[in-house]
Amino acid sequence: MFNLKHRAHGCVLVAILILSVFLSGCGDKDQTLNNPYRAKDKHANIYYSAFAERPKTLDPARSYTSNETLFTSQIYEPPLQYHYLKRPYTLVPLTATQVPQPIYLDANGKVLPEDAPANKIATSVYEIKIKPDIFYQPHPAFAKDERGNYVYHKLKIDDLAEIDTLSDFKRQGTRRLLAEDYVYQIKRLAHPELQSPIFGLMSKHIVGMQAYAQVLREYYDEQRKQHGEDTYLDLRAYDLAGVEVVDANTYRIKIKGKYPQILYWLAMPFFAPIPWEADYFYSQPGMQANNISFDWFPVGTGPYMLSENNPNRRMVLSRNPNYHGDTYPTQGEEGDAAQGLLQRAGQSLPFIDSYVFSLEKETIPRWNKFLQGYYDQSAISSDSFEQSVKVGSDGQAHLTPEMRDKGIRLNTSTGTATYYYGFNMLDEVVGGNSARARLLRRAISIALDQEEYISIFLNGRGIPAQGPLPPGIFGYREGEAGANAQVYEWHNDKAQRKTLAQAKQLLAQAGYPDGRDAKTGEPLVLNYDTPASSGPDDKARLEWMRKQFDKLGIQLNVRATQYNRFQEKMRSGNAQIFSWGWLADYPDPENFLFLLYGPNGKVKFGGENASNYTNKKFDRLFEKMRSMPNGPQRQAVIDEMLELVRYDAPWVWGFHPQNFSLTHAWLSPTKPNEIANNTLKYLALAPKQRAKARALWNSPIFWPLGVGFGIFVLALVPVGIRYWRKEHRPLRKKKLGGS
Amino acid sequence: MLAYIIRRFIYAIPILIGVNVLTFMLFFIVNSPDDMARAHLGQKHVTSQAIANWKQQHGYDKPLFYNPQTSGVNGYSDTLFFQKSVGLFAFDFGVSDAGRDIGADIKQRMWPSLALALPVLLVGLLTNITFAMLMAFFRGTYLDITGVILCVVMMSVSALFYIIGGQYLVGKLLHLVPISGYDTGLQAFKFVLLPVIIGVIGGVGAGSRWYRTIYLEEINKDYVRTGRAKGLSELTVLFKHVLKNALVPILTGVVVVIPTLFLGSLLMESFFGIPGLGSYTIDAIQQQDFAIVRAMVFLGSVLYIVGLILTDISYTLVDPRIRLQ
Repeated sequence: MFNLKHRAHGCVLVAILILSVFLSGCGDKDQTLNNPYRAKDKHANIYYSAFAERPKTLDPARSYTSNETLFTSQIYEPPLQYHYLKRPYTLVPLTATQVPQPIYLDANGKVLPEDAPANKIATSVYEIKIKPDIFYQPHPAFAKDERGNYVYHKLKIDDLAEIDTLSDFKRQGTRRLLAEDYVYQIKRLAHPELQSPIFGLMSKHIVGMQAYAQVLREYYDEQRKQHGEDTYLDLRAYDLAGVEVVDANTYRIKIKGKYPQILYWLAMPFFAPIPWEADYFYSQPGMQANNISFDWFPVGTGPYMLSENNPNRRMVLSRNPNYHGDTYPTQGEEGDAAQGLLQRAGQSLPFIDSYVFSLEKETIPRWNKFLQGYYDQSAISSDSFEQSVKVGSDGQAHLTPEMRDKGIRLNTSTGTATYYYGFNMLDEVVGGNSARARLLRRAISIALDQEEYISIFLNGRGIPAQGPLPPGIFGYREGEAGANAQVYEWHNDKAQRKTLAQAKQLLAQAGYPDGRDAKTGEPLVLNYDTPASSGPDDKARLEWMRKQFDKLGIQLNVRATQYNRFQEKMRSGNAQIFSWGWLADYPDPENFLFLLYGPNGKVKFGGENASNYTNKKFDRLFEKMRSMPNGPQRQAVIDEMLELVRYDAPWVWGFHPQNFSLTHAWLSPTKPNEIANNTLKYLALAPKQRAKARALWNSPIFWPLGVGFGIFVLALVPVGIRYWRKEHRPLRKKKLGGS
Repeated sequence: MLAYIIRRFIYAIPILIGVNVLTFMLFFIVNSPDDMARAHLGQKHVTSQAIANWKQQHGYDKPLFYNPQTSGVNGYSDTLFFQKSVGLFAFDFGVSDAGRDIGADIKQRMWPSLALALPVLLVGLLTNITFAMLMAFFRGTYLDITGVILCVVMMSVSALFYIIGGQYLVGKLLHLVPISGYDTGLQAFKFVLLPVIIGVIGGVGAGSRWYRTIYLEEINKDYVRTGRAKGLSELTVLFKHVLKNALVPILTGVVVVIPTLFLGSLLMESFFGIPGLGSYTIDAIQQQDFAIVRAMVFLGSVLYIVGLILTDISYTLVDPRIRLQ
């Protein structure tokens, strides 16, 4: 009895405890039951968002994908950044005092004038001066004791037994940013253990980089034999010829020849500073086993630091208390002020205290939580497009009334990317420079209706490409001047795709009337290689492709393969027609036109020219264009290059994607930026307005629970009756029979 | 019994080696070390030198099962298979190809999986047994027929429908629980409540029908007739005697899954944003992280073997006639 009583009390206590957790905050009329965040954060200045795929690494020497740079760009500060509001994209100083101007030297080390021809320039020297008094975020690697010795630089494995994260270290420290930290990071790009994705590219441009990597490899292998996996390579001890520290705040980078695009690289986290103390700290025994490394615990000078890092659940960026400060831009483009983008001009950055990113793999819950106000911003997946956006008769995208009622804003921008269908120029049928092959490619270019594709598969979110350059990149032209005359005709101020009859005519001229070989009468069969995405639209897309070729009478053999196999086919040249895309690294035409540069051919040279297109004139123009400053002369060269590739048609110019995103009313107006990633510092939000909206949109509805319970009870009635009958009726019958 | 258990564990060693060989073969038929390197190094600007360095750094530059460049035992030990497998048998899972410690990740992710899977198992078991008992009790009546039809309907509906429907109804329309997410400690309750309910409801159809079959088999046995003849109520017969005797087949299905509970559920965890182990292996396959794939396959095999041994042991507890020798 005593036990039973205790058990009953225990059960009641557990029930009360669970209920109190479940209903915590219910007394507060604004509190909602479906709030996934803690009640205490209701009015906190915290931005909430989601990430779909966990980052692989946050080491600035290695991270490259957008889900990684989302974090690294807020933490690490390279010397340069892009102006938040100005378009075309403009480089401005971040930690540097100014955007460095190159000094050109000839082979004898003699200074050349600014307009010296590129072939005379042996070396370009960039001297970068950084602002003084910039400090790193708090970090245990900098912590020193009273004698000035580093507290955590001689750790043993046992010392790390209770350490799971950086906040488990009791003492933190900081130090001033030095020019040598930038040099240290450039040296890290050549570190044998890191495998930086840009090492190959940078070794072509930075003086001595290739040789430096070999030197490091030798020293590293030697050290590793002695110290095993926890080898620390002190990069300060090994000089790199192309990078030098001038003084505490100045360093120089020497570039082979002329490579003005290096400035764009200086705006990426690859060129952010790394303090040697942190590198040493992370190399200590036992750190890697506890997942404490540069991969997961960045150390920067930026406006935010990673205060919680659980890539399996959520990542939290918090204000860096040592941030040097920056202000919101005071100038923008025409129209920015009207859109409220200059409301905070001159105010101190950052505005938001904390950014919480939760792992959310599925689009449906992510979208629903945005509608409930639990995420502040959302992309629009194809599932939610109909619900959120409708395209008006003017061809413009507008929000649906449901979205407008919630005060949601629509932001659109054209991506600095291009998606295309490539012809393998090494192929006997579709490749080569013969008139026959060129006519065949141009016929296919007309038949592949990109306007239809964009309408069916992208909900209209794309613009048909007229060449490899997307809008926003220097060299791109609007209107008739920018139209591809091989595929489009200009009518009524609009580019109109040439007719199918014209395409068929070209096909006949190529020797394939009605899609049959004029000599043999055999039907023309082409192969299309594409990575299989296994997405819901995959089958429909491939079917659409077949239909496009069928319009010309060409039979298309679709070879959808795993991405690995697809890449292998591209490398070996075992493809005929394929689809691929390119996302800009930086806003320069060189970053797109090099995809068609002969010495970049994929099969022969392992480069990014996947169609293996070669045209000597194009290559000569490319070599001239890449080192030219933006201006009319460069534009003229680009125009000529575009005409060449449009005529040769090594690609079917596909489309440039348009990115749509939605933001809630409590978030400040935002300007989409397709190149820069360090833009979180410019956002602001109104937490009270958000809390009010959340309460309004999420008040719990209980009555269906009551109805459900009632139905359950009603369902038990026949069960009870049947049970009673089963247990009692035979007995009653028996009794009646007896009497 | 101890000898039996030791023997079973010894039998497990060749099974685990076999599983490991199969994992290696299947993985490397689909992915080459070059593909893995590209997947980790990214798509842009990757040089063949970088690929070679990555393979060397991660030990994927060795032959798979036999190294002809070395002699004797080294021909087998200086291989990818041997180097990557030895640690597993000491439960040293090593570091993932992306650089994270796999053991630490498993420790961190097993608890959310368990927080979801354990209540689903226990509450589901209780619900299924009760529902099946009731159907057996009312066997042949319209209540039984209705119950069976309901079970067939419920087991015919896709798990995805329960998940999306549950999120839509309870999370989106009624605003009673968060649609997805997770928190630590007691705060986890509001996040696992809906997935647990959905997990239980989703399993009722198949579970109840299976248990009903077991009970109906038992219910016609002599001891049941004896119990009824003694004047025991039908409920006592069912819940006290039939349930006890039907436990052996129930245990076969239940005990074997207990050790694997913390491996989680892919669909449930993915849709509800629960950071468990359910999606760990699938993510690893997508990212071509072989270190995680082999560790998880190995761990899954070990746990399944442990589950089978536990099942055998549990037989001896519920049926005194069974002895392990």
